[in-house]
Amino acid sequence: MIWVTQLINGVLLGGYYALLACGLSFMFGVMGIINLAHGDLAILSACLVFLLADSAGISPFIAIIAVLPVMGFIGWGLQRWMLERSLRAGVLVPLLTTFGLAIVIENGLFEYFGADTRSLAPYIGDFAYDSWAITDNLYVGSLAVLIFALAVLLLGGLKLFLTYTPIGRSIRATAEDPDTAALVGINTRAIYAIAAAIAVATAALAGVFLAMRAVFTPYSGPEQLIFAFEAVVIGGIGSLLGTLIGGVVLGVAQTFGAQINPQGFFIAGHVVFFAVLAARLALGAVRARGGIHAFFARTP
Amino acid sequence: MSSGRRFLVERWTRLSAAASLIAAAILVVLALVPLLLSANFVDSLTNLFIYLILAVMWNALAGYAGLVSVGQQAFFGLGAYFAIQLSYYGVSVYPALLLGALVAGLLSLPISVLMLRLRGGEFAIGMWVVAELVHLLVALDPIINGETGVSMIGLNAFGPDARRDYNYWLALTVMVVLLGTVFALLRGRLGASVQAIRDDEDAAESVGVRVLAGKRTIFFLAAVGCALAGSLWLATSISFQPRQYFGIQWTAYMIFMVLVGGLGTFEGPIIGAVIFFLIEYLFGETGVWYLVGLGGAAIVFALFLPRGLWGTVEDRFGIRLLPVGYRLRLFNSKIAAAQGGEQGDRSPA
Repeated sequence: MIWVTQLINGVLLGGYYALLACGLSFMFGVMGIINLAHGDLAILSACLVFLLADSAGISPFIAIIAVLPVMGFIGWGLQRWMLERSLRAGVLVPLLTTFGLAIVIENGLFEYFGADTRSLAPYIGDFAYDSWAITDNLYVGSLAVLIFALAVLLLGGLKLFLTYTPIGRSIRATAEDPDTAALVGINTRAIYAIAAAIAVATAALAGVFLAMRAVFTPYSGPEQLIFAFEAVVIGGIGSLLGTLIGGVVLGVAQTFGAQINPQGFFIAGHVVFFAVLAARLALGAVRARGGIHAFFARTP
Repeated sequence: MSSGRRFLVERWTRLSAAASLIAAAILVVLALVPLLLSANFVDSLTNLFIYLILAVMWNALAGYAGLVSVGQQAFFGLGAYFAIQLSYYGVSVYPALLLGALVAGLLSLPISVLMLRLRGGEFAIGMWVVAELVHLLVALDPIINGETGVSMIGLNAFGPDARRDYNYWLALTVMVVLLGTVFALLRGRLGASVQAIRDDEDAAESVGVRVLAGKRTIFFLAAVGCALAGSLWLATSISFQPRQYFGIQWTAYMIFMVLVGGLGTFEGPIIGAVIFFLIEYLFGETGVWYLVGLGGAAIVFALFLPRGLWGTVEDRFGIRLLPVGYRLRLFNSKIAAAQGGEQGDRSPA
């Protein structure tokens, strides 16, 4: 029975990873940048919501509404003032600048918030531990279900947005070939900035839910970046479903690993990541690149 | 046709010959330091050598082979870990330090099979995952006592003064050997091929550069170098805590040193390491603000001075202290004038 419970928990945890991975994958797809500060931006948003909840007594669910636009704006500014210039300087420079940003964010947060482990769970009342009984001894956490549903909605919504709206089409065109997109009248600078805003806002959303369902410190960012990256690579064959499947595989591997050994949570996740990578290389479908780009494929 | 040859390809210039002599003289002086100067000074210089090794190795990876790794702390930690394990099983300490680093370096070969197939950011984070996984596995080893860590007790067989001097000479020797290796490799065929890979991997492959072999050689060298830095760090601090050795701060240091000094230049990381060493000496006490500053400086340099301090000086004045590359010297004064002061090997073709 414990394994069934863990399987369900793992699948639901996968929903969180899909939520987290969405922005990382999106930014890589559009701009070809792997944002090494992705996890730290998520934690930054968690800290902002914590600040509002703790000092002003605002419910985290309302605080998100205030923080998301701020984080979106940060994403926009990040693109305008840092990533744009980085991209012009070469393919490796965005890695260096986003890594520098990660170091600045996490140590800056440490300076302000200290090393304490925090959580938003005390601020959301019963919801933090509410659960629904499926059978007499099988429960699922309502927060975990909410996060999973949100991940599906977000990935699905993003897919619809990219497929059917004018901005979405411009984003896909820019992702495909920025020069040609500019030739046919697309303002690629603006498109990149919008894409960065979306990516950072989704990371921010994930960060807040991390803070609700678990604990975080100023240095939790890198771990979240790694989990998001693993979900993206495991999901491989891209699209909406790929990211979700990648998250679920990672989540299930981790919960099963945790059942075996206290450190097994992390080890199992990393091992599955490498196993999938090795399998993909052996099968000749080299590089997760195709996978991430398939996120933008017209056919689902 | 006495004036038929209008250009000359040269490696050595008068300046680089002089600089090489000065470098040799500095090394002789450095070798004598423990006999002349205070213990504190010897300790500090040992740390500087370790930073310098890390910077030079990271530069070989990123600046020459185009491999940005944020997981080199995997090898830093593994070098120390295997040294502890070897000494635990009876190998005497100093051989264990060197052998441990070699074992860690050999482990980079199977890792490279998977990692070198990844490109750009995927390689970067992939290496980070490697470091995390290695960290977790090392902490599981009963010898290490989890995150509590362990000390390399065998080092206590030497008195603190003797140990300080041995560590110093060992670090100096390792640094010189690694610098020499990088220098020799970059001057040779490998240097040209990995730089071609860095600039355009597909184009390099199409003209017959053995891409994977070139990358693997540099990856192996950098792994051995970082592992040696780790085992030297262990020799100076004696204690081993997985979280410290496998910490991401090592990558932050390496990126800072290389970016500030000059990515893709031979002299740059050396200068970067000296600057980092001075900054740490001056601001290390400020704790995390100092890390914020390092991260911020890395961003500023990457954006506004991408060739670092040394690279900028090199480009501006066309000087090259150590003869790593080739220089094209034009004899025709008109062409030479048109080329301006720029005579480095990066002059427009």
